[in-house]
Amino acid sequence: MSAPTYPTARTMSSAERPPRSNARGDRWVGWGDRIYGALITACALAIPLLLVLVAAIIARSAWPAVSTVGAELVTGTTWDVPRGQFGALPAILGTLASSLLSLIIATPLALGVAIFVSELAPPAIRRPFAFLVDVLAAIPSVVYGLWALYVLVPFLREVVMPFLGDTLGLGALPLFKGPAYGPSLLAASLVLSIMILPYIAAVARELLQAVPRSQREAALALGATRWEMVRDAVLPYARSGLVGAAILGLGRALGETMAVTMVIGNRHELPSSLFQPAYTMASLLANEFNEASGALHVSALMAVAGILLAITLIVNAIARWLVWRMEART
Amino acid sequence: MTDVTPRALDARLAARLTPAVAMRAVSPATRDDASDAAISAVAVRTEQLDAMYGGVAAVRSATLTFTPGRVTAIIGPSGCGKSTLLRCINRLHETQPAARVRGAVFVDGRDVYAAGTDVVAVRRSIGFVAQRPTPFPSMNIRENVVAGLRVAGIRVSGTELEDRVEAVLQRTGLWDEVSDRLDSDPMSLSGGQQQRLCLARALAPEPRVLLLDEPTAALDPGSTQRIEELVYLLRGEVTTIIVTHNMQQAARVSDITAFMLEGELIEQAPTRVLFTAPSDARTELYLTGRFG
Repeated sequence: MSAPTYPTARTMSSAERPPRSNARGDRWVGWGDRIYGALITACALAIPLLLVLVAAIIARSAWPAVSTVGAELVTGTTWDVPRGQFGALPAILGTLASSLLSLIIATPLALGVAIFVSELAPPAIRRPFAFLVDVLAAIPSVVYGLWALYVLVPFLREVVMPFLGDTLGLGALPLFKGPAYGPSLLAASLVLSIMILPYIAAVARELLQAVPRSQREAALALGATRWEMVRDAVLPYARSGLVGAAILGLGRALGETMAVTMVIGNRHELPSSLFQPAYTMASLLANEFNEASGALHVSALMAVAGILLAITLIVNAIARWLVWRMEART
Repeated sequence: MTDVTPRALDARLAARLTPAVAMRAVSPATRDDASDAAISAVAVRTEQLDAMYGGVAAVRSATLTFTPGRVTAIIGPSGCGKSTLLRCINRLHETQPAARVRGAVFVDGRDVYAAGTDVVAVRRSIGFVAQRPTPFPSMNIRENVVAGLRVAGIRVSGTELEDRVEAVLQRTGLWDEVSDRLDSDPMSLSGGQQQRLCLARALAPEPRVLLLDEPTAALDPGSTQRIEELVYLLRGEVTTIIVTHNMQQAARVSDITAFMLEGELIEQAPTRVLFTAPSDARTELYLTGRFG
């Protein structure tokens, strides 16, 4: 018994093949399609190309510093431009510390917001509330910085820091030691946490809404309360994606520059206490690029930019992968 | 289309009977024993029940009685409101946006829609299995089985819990298949196994009413037969209400069948009577495949 043969594009003769352009045989339409396709492809390719170009330029500009300073760049703790000492470890650790702290503060809040919007809020206020949270992400960084500088920092200095350090007696602990300056790792972490909250909340909200109705109903039908349904069925279902959402927030916190520069105190020391001023890579770049003197200084700053870029890219890649994996499952 | 007389229909249905139903047919004693054993099964009754999605009425003034310990099938064409009616019984319908319910549903004599009713307690006493298997992917097989016990706050010792897991998996015929991998991912099971796991999960808290919403619609014939056998075996212990678009399934597993059309109950009768001598012309038209 022979298999029946069906005409395919390959077996069809040119006469029976459908026309490439439209029915009128207008050749210009075919050309238009091709030009359009080429243009769009070029635009799409430009984006990864841009990333590669940026990375290449940074690597090239950073090379003199990397070859001169070497590992000192990531292990050294002294940043002394006139003496040619470029140890960026305080800034690297400051970036990681402020970002992680902000993540720890923002994640539970963002999760709460997301649960409220997707599970608890009455339908009438769902959209307005979600909109308000999204608007938080649209506020310019410098506005947050100003607010932090004139409201948050004085409040920390006058109220929070004396309360934590003296009233509660936490000042004895290394994490809370030191005088209450105001500009500090704590101030930077707090303002960062407010800035990344809308990002985490928006992604988390969409992930929770992507949890199938059947899963919710299965939990409700077993006699779960609304809260038990969220705890036992909805959150676990979205777990890996929610981790991704938090890491996306981390990615944003790592690169945030303006507001952090305004309130972190910009002191080139290893971060040890929440109350002490610190430094981040982004602030370092923002502060020194304008007055960079000498080729080695610029090159060292480029090297710091390279480190920041690498950390941010890795963090974002992990986050995207986690979110994508969760969404692919549904 | 040939005209189908009730007698011819009966013969056609008889040819499709599974051994389980055939056994029931030859030994009516089994039937009575089963209902006598109905200790925990309770009566369910809907009264003038209206269920709406927004402004659209999916169920209109449905009054039905479900006999304790028996299997009642609700049949009807797609969109006739049979699933909605089922989901009103454990108050699941109202969890959807813009869904409303009017009327009363009595479970063991108590109106679950009465003011001050504890919805969570109502749902805990009623088992529910949905059309597609819905195991919780974040829990392993054992945790899925006891999920209902856990939310009900039933605290039992480790060994007793193990015993209950084994007992309910035995009842659903899953024990031999999964006893060596209770800690593994439920999503690694086949669709039919997942559905039996959901049935086990629904049965673990020992509900007195079991609601099945087209439980085999997504399953292959073999898995369908296993579920049907389980439903048959549960007779007497629990009042079962099964929604199905499969008339043969209704004929095989149910004692009583209700036919719904466009949100209304058309008729309800012992399955054998409804399938052989329906009193309403529309029922006969549906059964003989003229519409739906």
